[in-house]
Amino acid sequence: MKIAVCIKRVPDTETRIKIAADGRSIDESGVKFVLNPYDEYAVEEALRRKESAGSGEVVVIALGPEAAQETIRTALAMGADRGVLLKTEQRVLDPLVVARALVAEIKDGGYDLVLFGKLAVDDYHHAVGPMVAELLGLPGVSAAARLELGDGKGTAEREVEGGVEVVEFPLPAVLTADKGLNEPRYPALKGIMAAKKKPLEVKPVTLEAGGFDALELALPPERKPGRILGEGPDAVPALIAALRTEAKVL
Amino acid sequence: MGGVLAVLEQRDGALKKVSYEVVTAARSLADRLNAGVGAIAIGPVALDATAATTFGADHVVIVADDHAALYQPHLYVRAVAERVKAKDYSVVLLSATALGKDLGPRLAARLGWPLAADVTDVSVDGGIVVTRPVYAGKAVYRLKVTAPRCVISVRPNSVTPVEKSRTATLQHVVLGLDADRPVARTVAMKAPAEAKLDVAEAPIVVSGGRGLKEPANFKLLEDLAQALGAAAVGASRAVVDAGWRAHGDQVGQTGKTVSPGLYFAIGISGAIQHLAGMRTAKVIVAINKDKDAPIFKVADYGIVGDLFEIVPRLTQEIKKVKAGT
Repeated sequence: MKIAVCIKRVPDTETRIKIAADGRSIDESGVKFVLNPYDEYAVEEALRRKESAGSGEVVVIALGPEAAQETIRTALAMGADRGVLLKTEQRVLDPLVVARALVAEIKDGGYDLVLFGKLAVDDYHHAVGPMVAELLGLPGVSAAARLELGDGKGTAEREVEGGVEVVEFPLPAVLTADKGLNEPRYPALKGIMAAKKKPLEVKPVTLEAGGFDALELALPPERKPGRILGEGPDAVPALIAALRTEAKVL
Repeated sequence: MGGVLAVLEQRDGALKKVSYEVVTAARSLADRLNAGVGAIAIGPVALDATAATTFGADHVVIVADDHAALYQPHLYVRAVAERVKAKDYSVVLLSATALGKDLGPRLAARLGWPLAADVTDVSVDGGIVVTRPVYAGKAVYRLKVTAPRCVISVRPNSVTPVEKSRTATLQHVVLGLDADRPVARTVAMKAPAEAKLDVAEAPIVVSGGRGLKEPANFKLLEDLAQALGAAAVGASRAVVDAGWRAHGDQVGQTGKTVSPGLYFAIGISGAIQHLAGMRTAKVIVAINKDKDAPIFKVADYGIVGDLFEIVPRLTQEIKKVKAGT
């Protein structure tokens, strides 16, 4: 099994976001960057599929700045075989630009499976995986929370509002991983040491402009200060009154 | 400038509420662009889209095929893309639901248009300007669309459906063609034993965290949700990671981002990644034993104390309100 896993370097979810002086991006000083949490499920799934097949290769591909090499090393430390960094310092607002750049790298790679996390916790597009499926003309399933593969085909389940869709597809295919697909492993010390010696190819890329201009990036409006209505169950009638007459939501 | 096409969403042959939100958003955008509004509904032959005709569309087309009763990516993307080309639409609007989060990107890729995903507002200021929360709502972009055409997905619950006096014409089209290349097929929809609202769509969300102490105690929240009606039970990351609740119920940066009219955070301290997922709720109520918990900083109303005493009382009082006594 030859598997590509597309990953992204993102700010840790506990990060307090500050806006940069240009008013159009975040202030990255002091921000801890990590492997996108949903991509951990994708990397883990790729490793398990290779392990159960007994042979194959797991290639991690990231599009991002020089520092995304560290993110790729994290995936290599988990057990991936080699990495490719599509290096750009450009800030991308249009997911189609990212998808096209990844497709150029993936299309002649002979992959049986292309995996993504279902979304990146920075830009929240939830888009690049299904776009890549469409551009490659391959079957695609987004937000897979269960996956069975065998005999050149697979079945995935994805949670939708009020139910679970069961999707069948032939390989090769493009899948995006939801939380719950597996329990990602932590890189062991041995893996971390081994990762330093694994191949990591850096390819500079120039991206298209994309279809958006950032007018502004701002912190969300502060919520109006609320109030504590009291302590214990005796405060419940005051809450009911506030919800009915003030907030008018009951 | 071509018109705006709203993509409707159905389940079991009936339109979902998000469909009316999308038509309303499409009408509002089209009025400012001086353009027309079309709507497209894809689903089984029995699909009834009449309800969508009163939200401001000029024209509603139903693309019916019993193979398209469930979401089939290849059929849906083709049906919408063909409609776009036939009528020369400039903007496609859809809802950022599980379906829209898959169909939107596919359409954008198929048409070669940029995608503005999961926006909370669409306006016009020398061009289309969208508001997009990023970092799970910790920051918000205002983006100007510089391309001549675009696909926009709108976050559920961010638009209030508004009925208009005009009534759209209704037209049925048969889809009736299948794939010419390997595709993924949705073969079944497994519904839960009892129909339950999704936290991302529910008008009211009752969420619980570590303060519930053990999984069985979520019964208290389920009782409260039932008393409220049209409410879903959500959960913090801590209790989902502990296996107490399903992943699909998680609210926060690695779960779902929700914007209900009323949000209860019960026994949830309010970690940054949780606040990011629910801060756009219209009204937030927090119940927590720690008066210094960060959740009280975003809550409109708070009660400090033992949730095991407060929640049953609250459920009881809500029942009284609902019974009109």
